[in-house]
Amino acid sequence: MAETSPLLAVTGLVAGYGGAPILRGIDLSVEPGEIVAVLGANGVGKTTLNKVLSGVLTPSAGEIRFDGERIDGAAAPAIVAAGLVHVPEGRKIFPDLDVHENLELGSYRRARANRAANLARVYDIFPRLAERRRQRAGTLSGGEQQMLAIGRGLMAEPKLLILDEPSLGLSPLLVEQMFTLIRRINTDGLTIMLVEQNVVQSLEIAGRAFVMENGRFVMAGAARDLAADPQLEKAYLGL
Amino acid sequence: MPFASAARAAGREFISNPVAPMFSPEIVATAVLNGLLTGAVYALVALGLTLVYGVLHIINFAHGALLTAAMFAVLVLKLWLGLDPYVAMVPLVPLFFIIGYALQRFVIGPASHGNDANILLVTLGLSILIENLLLAIFRSDTRTIDVPYAFMSIDLDFALLALPRVIAFGVSVVVAAALWALLALTDTGKAIRAVAKEKLGAALVGIDVAHVYAVTFGLGTACLAVAACLLMPTFYVSPRAGGAFVFVAFTIVVLGGMGSIPGALIGGLFIGVVESLSGLYFGESLGQIGIFAIFIAILLFRPTGLFGARA
Ligand SMILES: Nc1ncnc2c1ncn2[C@@H]1O[C@H](COP(=O)(O)OP(=O)(O)OP(=O)(O)O)[C@@H](O)[C@H]1O
Ligand SMILES: [Mg+2]
Repeated sequence: MAETSPLLAVTGLVAGYGGAPILRGIDLSVEPGEIVAVLGANGVGKTTLNKVLSGVLTPSAGEIRFDGERIDGAAAPAIVAAGLVHVPEGRKIFPDLDVHENLELGSYRRARANRAANLARVYDIFPRLAERRRQRAGTLSGGEQQMLAIGRGLMAEPKLLILDEPSLGLSPLLVEQMFTLIRRINTDGLTIMLVEQNVVQSLEIAGRAFVMENGRFVMAGAARDLAADPQLEKAYLGL
Repeated sequence: MPFASAARAAGREFISNPVAPMFSPEIVATAVLNGLLTGAVYALVALGLTLVYGVLHIINFAHGALLTAAMFAVLVLKLWLGLDPYVAMVPLVPLFFIIGYALQRFVIGPASHGNDANILLVTLGLSILIENLLLAIFRSDTRTIDVPYAFMSIDLDFALLALPRVIAFGVSVVVAAALWALLALTDTGKAIRAVAKEKLGAALVGIDVAHVYAVTFGLGTACLAVAACLLMPTFYVSPRAGGAFVFVAFTIVVLGGMGSIPGALIGGLFIGVVESLSGLYFGESLGQIGIFAIFIAILLFRPTGLFGARA
């Protein structure tokens, strides 16, 4: 993989919300076709990193290259147009729109011409959404909302899909299905950056993983090696 | 206050009667019809207000002043170019869309720094600015325009309806339907509804939130241009003329549920009828008492309005 140029390359990224920086020098790369897991305890800055990557938060230093182009400081619509799509923590679906309309808006900025085909594909992946296509999204169950959020992300035909805690709030059975699903869409050719609290399952499906602590990555490497590393538990628990 | 109605004139001889007067069914029916005609234009003004509230979560205090400005624009086009008020929609609706878009994008949005209280003050400041500009240019005189069809009417056997008001009704309903279709069926409309509730989610599918805010404000302002073109054949304009409509429109927005489009339409028609009937029964100068009573009653008993689900 090392000889291909990375799809996403982040160097020296610093960002925050006005006070002390939350991200304090992030280096990260994602290669085409892989699943990269980003792990870390609560509040270390994983969601902040996703916000910077998707352009809703402006970094104060560092460089982000996506698909060969600089995107740090670009606005969110331009980043979506380039093919980096972020399915956020807490789903952030449109509660007053129905399921179908939510999916349609997934292709608001990108892949609009393929909307019909992609709708069919998303309904095929999530038959549950097909059954409920005229239901107001705000009345969906938590699990259904998560499916909708991922489906909406897929509608843009992303080159890189960032998933922020897709298993949050799901029952164990649904968590299992969610990981199976993520592996499936990756096998179909989609590059994925997976931010998760479910360490064991994430490391099972990821090729590589990064562990964040206090706004920096303290461990990185092949997921298999990290899973076997006693340091992981230490870093993760912040001991 | 806004419209004078034939039905009220017909009932005038009864006004001095201290007991509630009895009217023939024809007169009451005419009053109801006239109320619906008036109400449709009220609804149009309310639509702009409720749309902006529903999406930007602010009460646009410049709404009345912008309506006045649109009415003066109709006046000026008529006096200078001889342009018929209905034809004036062709240049004025796009122009006011652009004015509204630019106001939100380049004045209200940047000046508010994301703080709703600031937005309120900015729109209030804008309204004072616009009113005083109009006052400086046009003085405080009341002006009207002459159109050949001002006194034409449609005879329904039992009722005589003023033609300009029937036209106003028809156009208002068409505009409301078009607005509904835009919001329900187009990507832009869906983006507007998406941004109303979920800004971050909208940004993450690539919706330009500042642009959508400005489009929404532009649509609200364009509604005012339509209303102005419909009003001017039968109504007067002075630098404060818009204010009376916005008070009524605000009542409608509260009645229909803040942010609700069907609420604004049905609320507008309802308020029009209430005004017309209370004008008939209590005298023309008291026509708005009914509206005021409804306003207070809603605030007391159903603050979310008839169609409002939002807290
Ligand atoms: N909008 C904001 N304004 C100020 N501080 C914020 C904001 N959002 C997040 N923070 C702070 O930034 C830090 C990192 O938050 P972030 O959401 O990135 O954590 P996280 O790693 O995603 O945690 P979790 O696993 O709990 O989701 C936290 O201390 C949080 O309080
Ligand atoms: Mg998080």
